[in-house]
Amino acid sequence: MTESPQHPLLEVRDVTKGFPGVIALSHVNLTLGHSEVLALIGENGAGKSTLMKILAGVQEPDSGQLLIDGKPVRIDSVQSAFDHGVALIHQELNLSDNLDVGANIFLGREPKKNGLIDKTKIREDSRDLLARVGLNVSPDTIVERLPIGQQQLVEIARALSVNARVLIMDEPTSSLSAHEAETLFKVVKDLRSKGVSVIYISHRLGEVKELADRVTVFRDGENAGDLNRDEINHDRMVQLMVGRDVSQFYVRKPHTPGNVALEVKDLVTPANPGHKLNFAIRSGEIVGVAGLVGAGRTETLQVLFGVEPAVSGTIEVGGKSVQIKSPIDAIQAGLALVPEDRKLQGLVLEMAVRTNVGLAGLKRNQKKFGFLNSDQEGTDTTEMISKLRIKTPNEQQMVQYLSGGNQQKVVLGKWLSLHPKVLLLDEPTRGIDVGAKQEIYRLMEELAEQGMAILFVSSEMEEILGMSDHTLVMHEGRITGKLSREELSEEAVMQLATGNVAEAAV
Amino acid sequence: MKKNLGILCLFLVVFIATAFANPDFVNAYNLENLIRRASLYGIIGIGVSLVIITSGIDLSIGSMIGLVGTMLPYLLVTHGASLFTGLLAVAALSACIGLFHGLLITRLKLQPFVVTLCGLLIYRGCARWMTGDSVQGFKGNYDSLRYLAIGKIPLGDLPGIGEFNLPVPFLLMVGLAIVAAIFLNKTIYGRYLLALGRNEQAARYSGINTDRMVVLAYVLCSLIAGFGGILFALDSNSIQPDNFGSFYELYAIAAAVLGGCSLRGGQGSIFGVVIGAAILPLLRNSINLLGMPTTLEFAIIGVVILAGVIVDEVVKRMAAKRRAALAARQASGS
Repeated sequence: MTESPQHPLLEVRDVTKGFPGVIALSHVNLTLGHSEVLALIGENGAGKSTLMKILAGVQEPDSGQLLIDGKPVRIDSVQSAFDHGVALIHQELNLSDNLDVGANIFLGREPKKNGLIDKTKIREDSRDLLARVGLNVSPDTIVERLPIGQQQLVEIARALSVNARVLIMDEPTSSLSAHEAETLFKVVKDLRSKGVSVIYISHRLGEVKELADRVTVFRDGENAGDLNRDEINHDRMVQLMVGRDVSQFYVRKPHTPGNVALEVKDLVTPANPGHKLNFAIRSGEIVGVAGLVGAGRTETLQVLFGVEPAVSGTIEVGGKSVQIKSPIDAIQAGLALVPEDRKLQGLVLEMAVRTNVGLAGLKRNQKKFGFLNSDQEGTDTTEMISKLRIKTPNEQQMVQYLSGGNQQKVVLGKWLSLHPKVLLLDEPTRGIDVGAKQEIYRLMEELAEQGMAILFVSSEMEEILGMSDHTLVMHEGRITGKLSREELSEEAVMQLATGNVAEAAV
Repeated sequence: MKKNLGILCLFLVVFIATAFANPDFVNAYNLENLIRRASLYGIIGIGVSLVIITSGIDLSIGSMIGLVGTMLPYLLVTHGASLFTGLLAVAALSACIGLFHGLLITRLKLQPFVVTLCGLLIYRGCARWMTGDSVQGFKGNYDSLRYLAIGKIPLGDLPGIGEFNLPVPFLLMVGLAIVAAIFLNKTIYGRYLLALGRNEQAARYSGINTDRMVVLAYVLCSLIAGFGGILFALDSNSIQPDNFGSFYELYAIAAAVLGGCSLRGGQGSIFGVVIGAAILPLLRNSINLLGMPTTLEFAIIGVVILAGVIVDEVVKRMAAKRRAALAARQASGS
């Protein structure tokens, strides 16, 4: 802060970029100051990723200018982006996890001695870089053995090794636990104080509020607005992103819970064999499962759905004890699971919307001798497309060409066509835009009203606070607390999620 | 049908070019032979395509044909087994081999390539050892059975071709192809195979018993390979245990790949496989009739297949680009 430089560190002026059939960016502007954290937000398809690719040298703009320190520059390759001090950290990490930390930091730029890799220098330089990101591991550690949060810090260290002044982070916390995210925030703030500027892309408005000095919002490839530090609040951001006033983001009505739909007694999961789980959900009730990543939430859903066998314990659906050894049994009992990773576990990406919607019902709807029931599949698909408002040109469109939100709706459609009694949702809104999120919340609300029991795992505090009638909080494989609507607060959840059981009202 | 257009064109081009270059090509005798070979390859191609659709592979088909091909005459002629016993024994043997492959792949999570590569070695060794490595044959008996492989149905005098007889294997192949196509496209089991071939996890999460379906695919593949082995044996009547059926797995796999099956799994068309299987004997025939050195045979077949696959890939990429652009337009328009 000793001298205020005349020019901003990075300026994007009037940049336009089109792809065949679509304008991704239309005359957008963006300014990044020195030692500043700028949050870039917008719905999926708003053009954030395209701009990031342009800044990182992966793509070139059709028109417009990039300026660094007030001077126009041309960034036409990843190398030239590095040369100008711009580095991009992808949402999916780009590390060779079979190599050690040092090798990853210097991958492609290995210092050499007598024509061989200079391991000593790599080790020494890596130590300095790791210290700068506050990561206390040996450069010789194989990356695979590090938790995901630490792997990300390795990636940041790599960016620093090319003397990056502008660090672009694309959804950096999407796969981090709350604790790891905290560490990352500290590192980001620390880097800022040392003169590195950060462009921070995120769907999580809570962390944007915490970190950002300024917010730039994109909508449909254009600038939608900028917010200064004192203007940053949740409603303003959502409003700019979706272009309309969102007074009521979470539509919650009081529910009248019915009978117990799912009851779990002394359930022991293979992931956490030391703990017994006990809980119940009534029909018409939305129960949130909060906790840090690795608390055993996903594993619990997977055992309920039969993906992993239970070690012991009983599961009752609608008051009757059921044996669930595979998803087949679970579906039979009236359960459905929208899994955490929709691309890997939820969808066959290279198949049509229709085929995906029909996939779980093939057996139930089959005709004599196992022939496909095409009519039923068609009816279900048409119904789901209109009911869930799936945006697709037609039912034969391959799912991979749909946006994240619409893909998630296809997964939901697959299950809703079976009319399950209990719906298990694992991070139902991960990586989807605000508009689709809201639609999914509304749908959950609607289904609960119709008497479905919903159990959802979420790492987004706002979602837990906004949606659940009851909240289960897990920590290291056990349920550390059950919070009613009245007891529910961010504070209470965090206490329980970090294992601080004494504070909890169980 | 559209996706088989490329392979169909390739077939027609080679066919017509050969017909123009050498009038002997379209004579009845040559065409009958060609159709018989193509049908036999088509049968084993259909079998392996079911496995390839699950993103697996079966390298043991050639050795299985060797084993079944030697065991059938060995049981019938050397041991005097009844026709029923003999056929039942080789069918059971084939099914067991498929089951063995399937269980190793699903239960022990071994790679299909490794399992069936070992199968290739094991079944060949068994065939040679059981028969003392001596040539097997049907010794002029079992004519009614041999009718399946060498029988012909007279169709009369066809214009430009002459007295033409339709080989019986062609009918068997067409019958199998129809059943397989219905199985793949019209039943839930076919859908299961296609879905799990693309994404095994998503299929399992959708309540599909993926392990059982994979086992089924290997059993069907081996059964069909066994059926092919019987026909090849009946056709040749002189079965050398040490090389009968050698390389046939590669013909079957080439037919499946030419016919549009991706080795990554999840796609395939039975009609395409049938045409793909016909291209291999057609190329051989052409090389002979066009007076090209037969020593170049493999090289030419390899080059033609490679060229076909390259063209196919290029066309597919262009189509994918168009589709993506269209999707983008529609998305931005709505």
